[in-house]
Amino acid sequence: MSVLVLLEQRGVLKPSALEAATAAAAIAQASGLELNAVYIGQSLADQASELAGFGIKSVYAYEHSDLGHYSNDAYVPIVRDLVEELGATVIIGSASALGKELCASVAARLGVELVQDAIACRWENGLHATKPVYAGKVVSEVAVNDSPAMVSLRPNVTAVARNGEDAPEILQREMPSVSLRTVLKEAAEAATGTVDLTEAKIVVSAGRGVGGPEHLPVVEALATAMGAAFGASRAVVDAGWIHHSHQVGQTGKVVSPDVYVACGISGAIQHQAGMRTSRVIVAINKDPQANIFKICDYGIVGDLFEICPLLTEAVKLAKG
Amino acid sequence: MKSVVLIKRVPDTASVFTINDAQSGVDTSRLKFVMSPYDEHAVQEAVNLKATAGGEVVVVTLGPPEDKEKLLTALAMGADRAVLITGDGIDSLGHRGIAEALAAVVREEAPEVVFAGKQAVDDDGSQIPERVAELLGWSHASVVTRFSLEGTTATVDREIEGGLLTLEVPLPAVFSTEKGINKPDYPKLPNIMKAKKKPLEEKSFADLGLTAADLAAKVTVTQMSLPRQERLNKLLEGDSATQVAALVQVLKEDEKVL
Ligand SMILES: Cc1cc2nc3c(=O)[nH]c(=O)nc-3n(C[C@H](O)[C@H](O)[C@H](O)COP(=O)(O)OP(=O)(O)OC[C@H]3O[C@@H](n4cnc5c(N)ncnc54)[C@H](O)[C@@H]3O)c2cc1C
Repeated sequence: MSVLVLLEQRGVLKPSALEAATAAAAIAQASGLELNAVYIGQSLADQASELAGFGIKSVYAYEHSDLGHYSNDAYVPIVRDLVEELGATVIIGSASALGKELCASVAARLGVELVQDAIACRWENGLHATKPVYAGKVVSEVAVNDSPAMVSLRPNVTAVARNGEDAPEILQREMPSVSLRTVLKEAAEAATGTVDLTEAKIVVSAGRGVGGPEHLPVVEALATAMGAAFGASRAVVDAGWIHHSHQVGQTGKVVSPDVYVACGISGAIQHQAGMRTSRVIVAINKDPQANIFKICDYGIVGDLFEICPLLTEAVKLAKG
Repeated sequence: MKSVVLIKRVPDTASVFTINDAQSGVDTSRLKFVMSPYDEHAVQEAVNLKATAGGEVVVVTLGPPEDKEKLLTALAMGADRAVLITGDGIDSLGHRGIAEALAAVVREEAPEVVFAGKQAVDDDGSQIPERVAELLGWSHASVVTRFSLEGTTATVDREIEGGLLTLEVPLPAVFSTEKGINKPDYPKLPNIMKAKKKPLEEKSFADLGLTAADLAAKVTVTQMSLPRQERLNKLLEGDSATQVAALVQVLKEDEKVL
């Protein structure tokens, strides 16, 4: 009986790995279960020190140049076999793009249930999770009565917390031989300097209020000044002004930054589905009746073409 | 090239949701139901594949008899046949059980390709396509934004945070579809009429050699509630410059995010 946390990496450990470790540590403490971690990737090397302070006993490190990129064929059997070897009864993963794929696949191989994209989990005579459903209009509390009990955690909603400096032991593991059926042809990274939406601490989004693709730079400049990822409403994506990977909402990305700034966005429920778990919501809209003001913390009723440039300059000044 | 598409009927998320008295779910009596938006992309991709590679498109769902309506939509979009898994016990299933029942139909149909939406927008379970693939021992790729086929290998693009992976996936395989892969063609009236004449078969768990008890959910809802709205709803005052200054001040001093 133990807790196993799946540490996600993309070359380096992802912030979501440490968030999952934080959640898993709390569960290990409340349940009295031992906590272990699994790392699959090219090399954990000096990042091992980041794993101190979570009360992790052992990190099972599967390091190999062929494991640098995620592969269902390679990763799923490793996790499945390790879960069985350790007799893990709780598994915590990340609900990132690849984390969800891994968790779903592992759950299927183990024949157990899985709660994906939980915003919190806790131990109370078993594993419980909190999960938004119906586009975030309803919050569901669930009890996971399966063993192992599996949850994947939404990135960016758990504050990483360490307790002490105790470092886990790192146990090197051999990469098992598997036949890779799916071949990775190419891994294209987004242009450098751009911040990814789902992991960003700040997101600035543009809506139909920008009027046309030629005006997007007004909002983009604000995003750059704030060090934010650049998002958009579906109206902007559907009009072909920007690539759909920027879309925030029910049929786009779900983001939970510290600050979400909505510029010229009306606040349709499907848009809210993608951003309502943001910590602070700022709205800039010229219509005082816009729905976005009902769900914002701070609102400016005004023309974004006036406000955004002013705000960009003020932010630059404030950041020094 | 035969493909199976897995779809789900879900409440329109634009609906007003109310919690039932037992606080165990939502009151579904007044909700309008639609095909989950990502599943529309899955149906369209299968129909597009048929247009270029020939073959057959079979659309499958699990649920109450009302789900036939969404199967008809898929048939009107161009699917050839439909299968509804229904009967006693369908309400008691979790994702594990649903995937097992769907996989049983896929096994019978033996297609080369399975398409399904990357998640259903009711509970955002985000696991059925991967589970079905794993249960069949097939390859899979999730969140696919581009699909092309050469021989028995599919080349797909799959989005990840801040990047794009291009994968070559040998068939048979399961693909979960993301917005951007295609533009669903909504059915025209003559096709809606024709859809009613296409075969729609019902299957029970017994027909699939399964028992509801084995598939029952092991995740239980302990409580459903409406999210607490704890927003400040503070509209800043003064002229534009004053408002902007006030905003930067609170973001920096109070919220500590600048
Ligand atoms: C199944 C389904 C899924 C959907 N998924 C998504 C999704 O994932 N994401 C999403 O965003 N939407 C989604 N939608 C669409 C959603 O319903 C809205 O249509 C969309 O969010 C509207 O985008 P918007 O706010 O940019 O545009 P609008 O609603 O047109 O709002 C524009 C706003 O800009 C303001 N404005 C105009 N000019 C200015 C100015 N100069 N300065 C300041 N403010 C100005 C206006 O007052 C208005 O409030 C979905 C819809 C459906 C049916």
